[in-house]
Amino acid sequence: MSTTAVKQEGPAAVVSAPTIGSHARDYWRRVRGGDIGALPAVGGLLVLCTIFSIMRPSFLTAGNFANLFTQGAAVTLIAMGLVFVLLLGEIDLSAGFASGVCAAVLANVVTVFGHPWYVAVLAAVLTGMVIGTALGFLVAKVGIPSFVVTLAGFLAFQGVVLLLMEEGRNISVRDPVLVAIANRNLPPALGWALVALAVAGFAVVQLLRYRKRAARGLVNDPLAMVLTRIGVLALVLGVAVYVLNLERSRNVLISSLKGVPIVVPVIAVLLVLWTFVLQRTSYGRHIYAVGGNKEAALRAGINVDRIRISVFVICSTMAATGGIVAASRANSVDPNTGGSNVLLYAVGAAVIGGTSLFGGKGRVLDAVLGGAVVAVIDNGMGLMGYSSGVKYVVTGVVLLLAASVDALSRRRAAATGNR
Amino acid sequence: MSATPLLELRGIDKSFGPVQVLRDVALSAYPGEVTALVGDNGAGKSTLVKCISGIYPTDAGEFVFDGRPVSINSPRDAAELGIEVVYQDLALCDNLDIVQNMFLGREKRNGIMLDEPTMEQMAAETLAGLSVRTVKSLRQHVSSLSGGQRQTVAIAKAVLWNSKLVILDEPTAALGVAQTAQVLELVRRLADNGLAVVLISHNMNDVFAVSDRIAALYLGQMVAQVRTTDITHAQVVELITAGRSGGLGLAAETGANGNGAASADRTTTEGAS
Repeated sequence: MSTTAVKQEGPAAVVSAPTIGSHARDYWRRVRGGDIGALPAVGGLLVLCTIFSIMRPSFLTAGNFANLFTQGAAVTLIAMGLVFVLLLGEIDLSAGFASGVCAAVLANVVTVFGHPWYVAVLAAVLTGMVIGTALGFLVAKVGIPSFVVTLAGFLAFQGVVLLLMEEGRNISVRDPVLVAIANRNLPPALGWALVALAVAGFAVVQLLRYRKRAARGLVNDPLAMVLTRIGVLALVLGVAVYVLNLERSRNVLISSLKGVPIVVPVIAVLLVLWTFVLQRTSYGRHIYAVGGNKEAALRAGINVDRIRISVFVICSTMAATGGIVAASRANSVDPNTGGSNVLLYAVGAAVIGGTSLFGGKGRVLDAVLGGAVVAVIDNGMGLMGYSSGVKYVVTGVVLLLAASVDALSRRRAAATGNR
Repeated sequence: MSATPLLELRGIDKSFGPVQVLRDVALSAYPGEVTALVGDNGAGKSTLVKCISGIYPTDAGEFVFDGRPVSINSPRDAAELGIEVVYQDLALCDNLDIVQNMFLGREKRNGIMLDEPTMEQMAAETLAGLSVRTVKSLRQHVSSLSGGQRQTVAIAKAVLWNSKLVILDEPTAALGVAQTAQVLELVRRLADNGLAVVLISHNMNDVFAVSDRIAALYLGQMVAQVRTTDITHAQVVELITAGRSGGLGLAAETGANGNGAASADRTTTEGAS
């Protein structure tokens, strides 16, 4: 059968090619049908930023903008891993202290044993993988609910951190490379170069896809839509880098402080990597399938147990990267690294971003958007002088709000037949 | 029509612990024909299908596929032979779109990347080949489809792989009148395209509307395999409910009952030992 024949006969050709208008209408219909995606996160971010900017003008400065990234980085990285676990409808409550354990391993290797930074990073990441494998094995092969396994992990890892820290000692991290991750900035020119690279890469991918689909006569987004996407990305990245490249130092004579924090490209690379894995590989497709309908995935010949174990490995490994960033930011590791609010902030970030607690729905980008919301709340309320008690309450309420939005939109979707 | 069956089962036994679900079952499916598999609830229809599709291992018996003996130990084995099953509960992922569902577990790839254009094109061709024109977009989530459309996608998924034998487990159970007619038409078209089709159904109207042969299961035993034209509606119902009808089915009433009771005793003692 030739392509032209398909073009005339195929059911796909029955519908007219979508226009920008029909895209907008489709999107609106999906939102009304309960598929709201990242809308609450983006909307919440705008509202919060507006409120804080009005209440505290210092919120809207380049210095504070840069702070947001370094403050939210660890939580965002952990949340990115949690998205994978949440996609299966599972939960990892131990991710926070898993990051603490990995940070403690990092600090011990680099400071106590004096190995170079890359050995320490490798050791931390390997620790994360081992933790994830153990959790995944207990969930998938032994059959204990993930809630219980990771709750046990939450307690046990807390103890492991204490043991590694020899009962509450604090180990400082002085390695320049490790400290640079969350405390140093890229030279402004390099920031611009990376933006150009990212936008060009995105444009090439999008346009190649457009051409390939057009050549095969498949239904395609209008070219204007594709170009708009590229334009929006260029605009967002451009503005962000412009602001981050402004001078943030209070006194330029003492030291200059400008450029994109190094942790930003780290997050960006991991975001692209995991998005690629989820959206463009069959492994990622299988994660969605297992999260959507485990039985169907099993019958399709997917190795469900392997998928389940692997998401816990990814989650704990991302927790390890979060732990490394946290250690870098604090210049030290103490028994509370990865403790207190880290885990709930991370779960909150994923859910606020639009990842469903019921499985089958979510993107890695959600973690970044939700992480931004959490960071803004934390940062803005700090600027307003609220105590950490109030901060906890507000963040808890926001997490509940996000979970209710998730649950309600799911009900709405079920009612309208969207899910 | 065709003299040699595509799939022939002989002497299939299957027990779950002490309960023997299938006893010495034989079944033949011919290319170009719809074989209806009928039986009451608990007769073992679904178990038989799961044995054929490799989900359950059989305790005894042989499979002959396309003239040669084969063993089916996993769903992949069955898929490699060209056996596809459309399950009662559909086995579609609501959160994936039509193309993603049709290729689930067997995605086309370009290196490590998914080859979406090829998959979309193949899906469109398959649906067009089945004269399906009711879906709006191949990229819409399965959750937004109607029951009939979902069944259509499930069936299209089964024929996508140049399969030779398609087994449909109660494809019309949850459908309205118009959608049922649509799906039955699709079932008939599969057979007319040269595939062997096994249709499991409770609905006698469906069975007589599309099938060429009828195979009746009664308490785990295959009591009759006849051509649809050689049997009446009432006879099939008798086969399903009593295991025999006139000269068809289990030998004699006492024999059948005695046999059944004996086997029940046997299975319980087996379980106890």
